[in-house]
Amino acid sequence: MSKLLEIKNLTRRFGGLTAVNDVSFLVDENAIVSVIGPNGAGKSTLFKLISSFLKPTSGEVLFYGEGNGERISGLAPHSVARKGVVRTFQETTIFKNMTVRDNVVIGHHLRSKASLAGYYFGSGLARTDEREFGMSADEILTALDLASVKDEVASNLPQGHLRALGIAIGLATHPKVILLDEPFAGMNHDETMRAVDMVRSVRDRGVTVLLVEHDMRAVMKISDHIVVLNFGEQIAEGTPAEIQDNDKVIEAYLGIEDDAIGF
Amino acid sequence: MTSSLKPLGTAAALVLILLVLVPLAINATQRWDLYYTLTSVALLSIASAGVWITFYIGRINIGQAAYALMGGYVSAILVVKYSMSFWWTLPLAGLFCAGASVLIGYPILRLRGVYFAMVTLVLTEVAKLLALALPITNGASGMVSIPLPGALTVFGITLIPDFETLENVKRAFYFLSVVMMLLCFAGVYRLVHSRVGRLCQSLQQNEELASSIGVNIAWLRVIAYAVSSFLGGIGGAIFVAISQSIYPSSFAVADSINFMLNCFLGGLGYVFGPMLGTFVLYFGWDWLFQTGKYQLLIFSSVLIVLMLFLPNGLLSIRLPGKKRS
Repeated sequence: MSKLLEIKNLTRRFGGLTAVNDVSFLVDENAIVSVIGPNGAGKSTLFKLISSFLKPTSGEVLFYGEGNGERISGLAPHSVARKGVVRTFQETTIFKNMTVRDNVVIGHHLRSKASLAGYYFGSGLARTDEREFGMSADEILTALDLASVKDEVASNLPQGHLRALGIAIGLATHPKVILLDEPFAGMNHDETMRAVDMVRSVRDRGVTVLLVEHDMRAVMKISDHIVVLNFGEQIAEGTPAEIQDNDKVIEAYLGIEDDAIGF
Repeated sequence: MTSSLKPLGTAAALVLILLVLVPLAINATQRWDLYYTLTSVALLSIASAGVWITFYIGRINIGQAAYALMGGYVSAILVVKYSMSFWWTLPLAGLFCAGASVLIGYPILRLRGVYFAMVTLVLTEVAKLLALALPITNGASGMVSIPLPGALTVFGITLIPDFETLENVKRAFYFLSVVMMLLCFAGVYRLVHSRVGRLCQSLQQNEELASSIGVNIAWLRVIAYAVSSFLGGIGGAIFVAISQSIYPSSFAVADSINFMLNCFLGGLGYVFGPMLGTFVLYFGWDWLFQTGKYQLLIFSSVLIVLMLFLPNGLLSIRLPGKKRS
């Protein structure tokens, strides 16, 4: 497998606080890579750095979409999305006053061939776009089990569907890498298992998945590769089996035995 | 099929009422003053439509009077000092405002909510001070005796006669303003019902998500703001042509606030909201004139009550039995 994304010595400071400190790892093409860590480990900051919603203090993010590593850190978020690195949000963000289908249709914006003026005057290109987007949206909605609610206004959806809709909007951009921010947060066991299947089906579409997650069980189940953060530092990296037996990880999650704390 | 024919029917009805029935009714009743009132409503609703567009991308705009003033001055200066035809100054006034709004909008459109609103509020005052200070605007004494629009001739064919030669100038201005208003609202209607409208809505609802799906939000915001200011400039320019004069106080903060109120009153979710809002606000205020010193008190109270009970505007009232789709 070839690498698609390279995170290189990424560091971000907020004043005196180093939220992400010298983090480096690779994301292989068509893999599911998870970044895990306790609360406040810097996962969300790392995500914002990769999707360019934040600029790194030092280090860079390279994207191998067209072969050579292209620096994407520091670009505007919409330019990063244009290259094929698209993020979804922790707080299940969607366009809440549009219908589910419209949410996904508008997600196709990146792929439009017509210009704004073309859309305004309804040029032939614009009409072809609209038709294609509609078909693609229906396909994505079916794939993510949302076809039955496609005409609902998005704000009326239950939590599980909202999460799926967020992913559907991301998929509509036809990304090369999709960044999922805590896709299993607040879900019970059954919902998590369904969501795990959904993330797998995203990967099976040929999309590389990078996710940030808290839920260890789900992460162990689906990841090809895991990166562990604690207090902004990268403390371990490897396959689920390697991470499971890593002392530092156990320490970070369960705390250190009493003698080390100094009682 | 019916869904695409319905707006055409509404448009035809509006054209018929405004361009045929209203003039006939005014002719029959000899209430010539109504021409002036309705012309004002038409022009104010053009400027309000601009404000409505900024609402549509999720920004509260209390600065439209600045662009109306700017458009008015651009037209007046071009007509008086460069003896240009009014008909050429009209689009130029709009374009000048759009250009200025790009320069102003690019930095300030990053602000959201009350912060953007505050800056736009200041814009109106800045425009007034500029008009007072710049040599070309003739300061506080303003510009007066601006000639009426001349003839518009294209390839030897006179499309619009010289306004000086008309016996009823008020009616001519009425037709000009109403036609402009209809064009403007048709344009906004198309905007809202095209993908561009969806994109604007995506900004209104969630800018971060919009940019993460690849929408160039800064650019789209500036475009919407430029269109908004273009409409403000057009409205202002025609106003000046009617009153044949312009002063730094021709459009003030109160006008900016009224433009915004028109949108609220009509309904932010409806393209024709600003048109209805302007009509009701203008005539409501006039009608309350008979209450004398209580005019403002009653007017404000009614507005507060309306906003409490109809937060989505007058157009959100639905006839019983007619369900919203």
